[in-house]
Amino acid sequence: MKLNRRFIAKAAAALAVAGAVGFAATANAGVSLTGAGSTWVFPLVAKWSAAYMKETGIQINYQSIGSGGGIAQIKAGTVAFGASDMPLTPEELAKEGLIQFPTAIAGEDLVYNLPGIKPGELILSGPLVADVYLGKVKKWNDPAVAKLNPGVKLPNMAITVVHRSDGSGTTFTFADYLSKVSPEWKTKVGANTSLNWPVGVGGKGNEGVAAFVQRIPGSIGYVEYAYILEGKLSYARMINRDGKVVSPSLKGFQNAAAHVDFTKAKDFYVILTGQPGPETWPISGCTWQILRKAAPKATNAEVTKFFDWGFEKGQSMAESISFGPLPPSTVKAIKAYWKTNLGI
Amino acid sequence: MKGSEAASSAPLELRAASEQKSAGKTSVVPADFLFRSLTAFFALVVAATLVAIMGSLVLEGWSALRTFGWKFLVTSTWDPVTNEFGALVFIVGTLVSSAIAMLIAVPVSFGIALFISELSPSWLRGPVSALIELLAAIPSIIYGMWGLLVFAPWFAQVVEPWLNDHVGALPGIGVLFQGPPMGIGMLTAGIVLAIMIIPFIASIMRDVFMITPTTLKESAYALGSTTWEVARYVILPYTRTAVTGGIFLGLGRALGETMAVTFIIGNANNLSASLLMPGSSIASVIANEFTEATTPLYKSSLLALGLILFVITFIVLVFAKLLLLRLETSLEGKKS
Repeated sequence: MKLNRRFIAKAAAALAVAGAVGFAATANAGVSLTGAGSTWVFPLVAKWSAAYMKETGIQINYQSIGSGGGIAQIKAGTVAFGASDMPLTPEELAKEGLIQFPTAIAGEDLVYNLPGIKPGELILSGPLVADVYLGKVKKWNDPAVAKLNPGVKLPNMAITVVHRSDGSGTTFTFADYLSKVSPEWKTKVGANTSLNWPVGVGGKGNEGVAAFVQRIPGSIGYVEYAYILEGKLSYARMINRDGKVVSPSLKGFQNAAAHVDFTKAKDFYVILTGQPGPETWPISGCTWQILRKAAPKATNAEVTKFFDWGFEKGQSMAESISFGPLPPSTVKAIKAYWKTNLGI
Repeated sequence: MKGSEAASSAPLELRAASEQKSAGKTSVVPADFLFRSLTAFFALVVAATLVAIMGSLVLEGWSALRTFGWKFLVTSTWDPVTNEFGALVFIVGTLVSSAIAMLIAVPVSFGIALFISELSPSWLRGPVSALIELLAAIPSIIYGMWGLLVFAPWFAQVVEPWLNDHVGALPGIGVLFQGPPMGIGMLTAGIVLAIMIIPFIASIMRDVFMITPTTLKESAYALGSTTWEVARYVILPYTRTAVTGGIFLGLGRALGETMAVTFIIGNANNLSASLLMPGSSIASVIANEFTEATTPLYKSSLLALGLILFVITFIVLVFAKLLLLRLETSLEGKKS
């Protein structure tokens, strides 16, 4: 009888109804949690879960099906946690009985293919990028580009705009930034994981955008920071909100996080783009984990334990794959948030 | 009761044989019946699946079709931010890329089939056939990657500048070949699609060309016909039903091709007169946007697109059937 019950419980765990109640008492071996969502945070969750498995024997299955899919799955209650690069509003969370908290910080940058111009040589500003992506600035030697880049020999070349063709949190972060710096972008295009792009060609995934930019002379695209390091792409420096020229760096992303007060925002609903600070990188982003309040307490406890472990011990792992750890004050706020909302 | 029915309608020779063997034993009849039921079950399950898919597409896409009505088919706005959706760009993209593919694939396949069946030395026939059929075994994602990483850059550096300079300047059709040489776009997608469907069309054509009775061909040659005349006036009329079937098989594949097209069509939701500019097809936009279709209307619109593709493919099939029917009747008319 006892055996049988254990078997059923195990089967249930395997079926992704994660962390069935009663597991806390047994050994950890065989316990598994299932999460789904953001492709962007996948490398981090994968790295953390491998190390976590070794240490605790608890297996985390994460399916990188996209943020939209992650939100849908957690709403349906088929996974223990969903991950999204676009936070849900506090109203929607309340309506669906969900909670959310940030995981790690990253950033993205513009990359270009211009003969004779070295990585980091080109300087761009938010409004200029918006105009390029609106199709208003069409040539590289346009006065608007030249003004920001005195002394750089800009070619008389058409600008080919490259964007993501698939729905993506990277696109959301990018478009959210452009909405903040360009009123025209905000009204004409807006911010979402997929957009009605005025111009350009779409590449599938970060690698698709990177491939297009590498192969089309005169092109410009946006990719996650990790792809710039990997692909040795020509990246642009950006003018941030304080008017300073900055290069993309983990420190710049973390500065953006330091300037938003995660601790004060309800349900951590803040977006890291366009934050002030002299060293702040303007197109910084974040991934949120979403949990169900109504899920079994043991399940939520296992999930929070995993992310708690990540916040405490996974910092260097995160940095090694270009994710910036959350500031300690934020981690503290997340723990308090868990206590009030989940009683954990 | 049913068993005897099955036995009575079984082919005569078979029944005779089974009667001889079993010499009046009834045990064979249920086996016959079982076999027949089983095959009928297989056939019906597939048909039912098709109907079920169609039904679920209608069901899921209904909210989009109801919200936008007929405008869904003729508007080109696709805006996930404001939740406004129209399918025109994708319908045009699907039809244009497939049309380019057919324009290239049909004559090339005809040439290949003719070469293999009529002109090739016999030692070359086997290897060439095998290689062309191997093209069909390559997964479409490989075509996509090859198209993106190898073909598109070459196309952008060599072919498109030439098209821009020489064809783009012509009045009328010139507008089709203007625009920055990016290597990706409608034309590239059409060409790669053509390469993907050539093996299907060519192997069907080759097979039916080979079975054209030698007596017919020899008679024509004996009367002094050239190879072209034999192909045009003997082989093609004899095989046109199968040739049309092969062409439509290729078209069906081109219309629904997803991965390869997604890589190279450019994925821009804009209508553009130039074939060098990026576009989007129904299959590619579904593949691109389905995972992040967050609002119900958005998801419903994507499924409605799926329904439209289904209907387009269905129309193509019906058209092919009608064409075949007309060909057959005209053929019979000639005979009598």
